[in-house]
Amino acid sequence: MRSQIEGSQAVAAAVALCRPEVISAYPISPQTHIVEALSDLVRRGELEPCEYLMVESEFGAMSAAIGASAVGARAYTATASQGILYMAEALYNASGLGLPIVMTVANRAIGSPINIWNDHSDAMSQRDSGWIQLYAASNQEAVDLHVQAFRLAEEVSLPVMVCMDGFVLTHAFEPVDLPTQEQVDAFLPRFEPRQVLDPAAPVTIGAMVGPEAFAEVKVLMHVKQMQALDVIGEISGEFAQAFGRGSGGLVRQYRSADAETIVVALGSVLGTIQDAVDELRDEGVSVGAVGITCFRPWPLAEVRAALGHARRVVVLEKAFAVGLGGIVAQNVRLALEGLPARVHDVVGGLGGRPITRASVRRLLGDVLEDRLDPGALTFLDLDWGLVQRELERPSGPHAENILRDLAAGPR
Amino acid sequence: MPRQKIKLYQVGSFAVGNRLLDPDDRTVQARSERSNTLTSGHRACQGCGEALGARYVLDAAMRATGDQVIVANATGCLEVFSTPYPESSWQLPWIHSLFGNAPAVATGIAAALKAKGRTDVRVVGQGGDGGTLDIGFACLSGMFERNDDVLYVCYDNEAYMNTGVQRSSATPPAARTANTKPVGFEPGNVFGQGKNAPLIALAHEIPYVATATVADLHDLEQKVERAMELHGARYLHVLVPCPLGWGAAACDTIRLARLAVETGLFPVFEAEHGEVTAVSTIRRQAPVEEYLRPQRRFAHLFGVPGRPDVVERIQAGADRNIRRFGLLAEEEE
Amino acid sequence: MFQVRIHGRGGQGVVTAAELLSVAAFVEGKHAQAFPSFGSERTGAPVVSFCRFADEPIRSREPIEQPDALIVQDPTLLHQVDLLAGLGTGGYLLVNTTRSFEELGLGEFVAGFRPERLATVPATEIARELVGKPLPNAALLGAFAALTGRVTLASVKGAILERFPGETGLRNVAAAERAHDALGVSAHA
Repeated sequence: MRSQIEGSQAVAAAVALCRPEVISAYPISPQTHIVEALSDLVRRGELEPCEYLMVESEFGAMSAAIGASAVGARAYTATASQGILYMAEALYNASGLGLPIVMTVANRAIGSPINIWNDHSDAMSQRDSGWIQLYAASNQEAVDLHVQAFRLAEEVSLPVMVCMDGFVLTHAFEPVDLPTQEQVDAFLPRFEPRQVLDPAAPVTIGAMVGPEAFAEVKVLMHVKQMQALDVIGEISGEFAQAFGRGSGGLVRQYRSADAETIVVALGSVLGTIQDAVDELRDEGVSVGAVGITCFRPWPLAEVRAALGHARRVVVLEKAFAVGLGGIVAQNVRLALEGLPARVHDVVGGLGGRPITRASVRRLLGDVLEDRLDPGALTFLDLDWGLVQRELERPSGPHAENILRDLAAGPR
Repeated sequence: MPRQKIKLYQVGSFAVGNRLLDPDDRTVQARSERSNTLTSGHRACQGCGEALGARYVLDAAMRATGDQVIVANATGCLEVFSTPYPESSWQLPWIHSLFGNAPAVATGIAAALKAKGRTDVRVVGQGGDGGTLDIGFACLSGMFERNDDVLYVCYDNEAYMNTGVQRSSATPPAARTANTKPVGFEPGNVFGQGKNAPLIALAHEIPYVATATVADLHDLEQKVERAMELHGARYLHVLVPCPLGWGAAACDTIRLARLAVETGLFPVFEAEHGEVTAVSTIRRQAPVEEYLRPQRRFAHLFGVPGRPDVVERIQAGADRNIRRFGLLAEEEE
Repeated sequence: MFQVRIHGRGGQGVVTAAELLSVAAFVEGKHAQAFPSFGSERTGAPVVSFCRFADEPIRSREPIEQPDALIVQDPTLLHQVDLLAGLGTGGYLLVNTTRSFEELGLGEFVAGFRPERLATVPATEIARELVGKPLPNAALLGAFAALTGRVTLASVKGAILERFPGETGLRNVAAAERAHDALGVSAHA
């Protein structure tokens, strides 16, 4: 049923439709509305049988999910930012154990400095944790990806995180078509665990593995993730058939098949980019966009196929590797190895700074007129004056100094 | 509280003959059909108190529940020596996740079982003092506060033994560990307030809290059985001497545990919902020196010149426990 | 696309106003989007919310820098925060106040505007009377419907009732109606 609701409410409803049996929740902005809504559903008996655990930390949240999943219960949690870091140890544990937990990440910047607004540094920090990472470009896709995520996780026995931009999507009211319980039940079969803790057939899970076997166990995780590339495509196809709309999959192309210049991005900023693409196309510029929906496993072949023909690729991402540069850009470069496309690493939207259509147009203007050096890392809409002033200052905490400069105004 | 007062004169020593007991009160270990949950072949040290304690605890839990137990185990000696890849000593469903999350994993298991209507299956979380009192403390407290249906057992050997005997918040004052060596003026571990986990558990007012040692295995079993009669959060703190870490002879494990009780250094009691309900009394108070001397971790307190002042402080601590918990037996006969 | 920016202080229902407006537009078959500017959430701190609606799907989610309509829930913000930024002379300006634009010090600013697109409404007073609380958002939405004609009063009322069933909803609906009628039904440009 189509309705105008808050993204968080829509996601909570979608998760509930997937019949989780254990939800562990520790609140953190901007995920709070999701876990609050799920709490209401459990309390009112609308989601049952389901145990809702109000845990003492995100580490506790993921740990409880691990225990629950190991007993064969469908387990779910949600977090963001500092929370995903606090559960980092448990994330690796869950993926190492092959437990099909699904988690929503309401993408938010990581401190210091503390910042509650949207960027991708949280999920990106855990890109090597062995979790599958999917990024929603809209609240509709967020809903759809959660349904697909449970199916995917249980089919490949790997945990899946569904990323949606904090505040920008979680707190936005937009039209969302929520599936019915019957539709979801038909799409998502009962959870049949590969391994389960059951007195009837005791198993030992989590044994220490020494040098003689560790590598094989780890490689198995990698192989499973790579196999997931196919499964993700299949599930997305089946979803489209069952629910009548496209979502998920590995990459999404927008007017890029014949584009000379292609912008690559993840998440909700793709909407803004598509608007800019349309405007530029109307002006005769050969430009398109490619959205990465599945970031881990990295769909190298699909990315290469989508971008291979381009002359210029502009990767616009909301996180970066300090001391190196773009993260998505690195992955894109890997996919384009040997091809002549020039890749521009552009970082924007950090800490919730909005990426506007005007900015994207200016960026593309700079790219098309060769004002941007493809080797250099570009920060969108950055005040280099503030940075420079702080570099020249000998003492004091950086964040506070910069905030003071900002308040004082330009010199 | 032991269910019956054993007349020790009947056997003339501290040993309690099993044959003197009511069949129902006999130890699980005497039966051929015991679960042997932690079966032989594990890699524990000779004289390991934890292996002994864990075997008794889990076999008692299995008997009490008709073999319907799932265990969540923290990283530590017990986990490492019981699951040397590719073997496992465990004959029940068992999961090891991380060092600091055993209570939380147990919480998740209990929740899943509840959601699935498996009310017959019970959950035991277990770990050492490091995993329970330090890195896992937040999870433990959370589990208590939520009153999750978990029996959590802490096997306390008073240091991070698995990683080479480093100090934990359970390490007693003056004890030598790898990072509290008897150098400088303060010999060994500091005289802090300690972290009294059983009292902290008691302060959470959970359905059941008890302490026990491997010196009275019968008592340990009975406490596990008692715990399994109840639901909600339950905590059992078991003193398990570690010959390697304590620098004691492998054959002294049980004797040292007994001395820890009889000096008053380790009070043995039970509590329900925040009130102490029973205390194991000391028949004959032993001076702390008798307990400390056989352990090389306290060797620096003796010899020439030794530290009699420190021994005195330790004695004062033992006396305080005795007063506080009322550990001295009433005069009998 | 029609873009609305709403300014107020935390606790005045600024965010809810944008959400309800988006629901009203949705009910009329439009594509709609609403979201807050996520500053501090303390009561009394300046809050901005945004609402867009259009006949085509809305893909962009950037803050509204060039609103077609501006709603000011709290006039004390007028000379503290640059809340008029981006409002062109063809835009709508609706201010919650008992005073006039001149008395608010906006005489010069609105001089270039189309007079039928300007309105003040004592929304807080209306709310106090009909809702029993100084929450001006429902009244302002009713006034917005009258001023711009971009959504109907009926849709606004429906959105309010769906979100606030029972007594609360009915009272807010009454406030919306009162403010709407106060502006009079006018032909809209």
